[in-house]
Amino acid sequence: MSNDIADRVKKIVVEHLGVDDGKVTETASFIDDLGADSLDTVELVMAFEEEFGCEIPDDAAEKIVTVKDAISFIQEHS
Amino acid sequence: MFDLSGKIALVTGASGGIGGAIATRLHAQGATVVLSGTRADALEERAAALGDRAHVMACNLAGEGEASALVGRVQEELGQLDILVNNAGLTRDGLTMRMKDEDWHDVIEVNLTAAFRLSRASLKGMMKRRWGRIISISSIVGVTGNPGQANYVASKAGLIGMSKALAQEVASRGITVNCVAPGMIETPMTDVLNEQQRARMLAAIPMQRLGTADEISSAVVFLASEEAAYVTGQTLHVNGGMAMI
Repeated sequence: MSNDIADRVKKIVVEHLGVDDGKVTETASFIDDLGADSLDTVELVMAFEEEFGCEIPDDAAEKIVTVKDAISFIQEHS
Repeated sequence: MFDLSGKIALVTGASGGIGGAIATRLHAQGATVVLSGTRADALEERAAALGDRAHVMACNLAGEGEASALVGRVQEELGQLDILVNNAGLTRDGLTMRMKDEDWHDVIEVNLTAAFRLSRASLKGMMKRRWGRIISISSIVGVTGNPGQANYVASKAGLIGMSKALAQEVASRGITVNCVAPGMIETPMTDVLNEQQRARMLAAIPMQRLGTADEISSAVVFLASEEAAYVTGQTLHVNGGMAMI
């Protein structure tokens, strides 16, 4: 199940940011490593909310910096 | 040109002269229009005159939470919100030296803060669909100033500044954010002027007449349209040449 979440998260990141899936490692930072701007990160959070049917509050969203941060949050809240 | 079929538009202050004209024109271009305002009776009357594709959602934008709830309601009942027209506004005129905090606050709250909250609430859906139009009705005095209206002028200048910031934030997502700045327009707000005031005002207008609410709504229709996709962060002045800026 957790792998499933990780895969779905990575898929969203690849699609949204248009990056190679090889680059989307768990430690990759959306902004520093994957070329996202701040608006992209807002949209990624929206996409995660939609995909996983969860609500990511603003203060939690601010702490989602890397791919792993996103996966962990969703694992804990879905 | 300027076909708005299939678009959902929300117009605040739609019971007023300019707001009503904007709702009517957006509707005429094919949009489904939500008329919002505080006077439910006037809104119902106007919506009934428009017929299909016209909905009434009365709302007092002065309260916190009201603005985002209104956008939520539009999205829930009509599926989406494509065009937001921040038109609601009020005046509490007085010389600054005598202006009460309350008069300042009330005007900023409805004219500027509510526009901010409505815009914020609308953005998520617009970003997802990669299309959106946010149009705020500013005023010529927001650029030129006007004695006795420090609060109103601040709110109208604030709309212009806010629109420029927001326009830069969301331009890459197909959302444009602009203002229309009316000059002197025939509405209940200008009907109260006496002959002398009116004559003095006309002397300052190269076209020597007041504008009509319809002439404001034409500018709004343009900015709402697909044809205006490359126009963002701008203020379109509709003032008969009263100020050329």
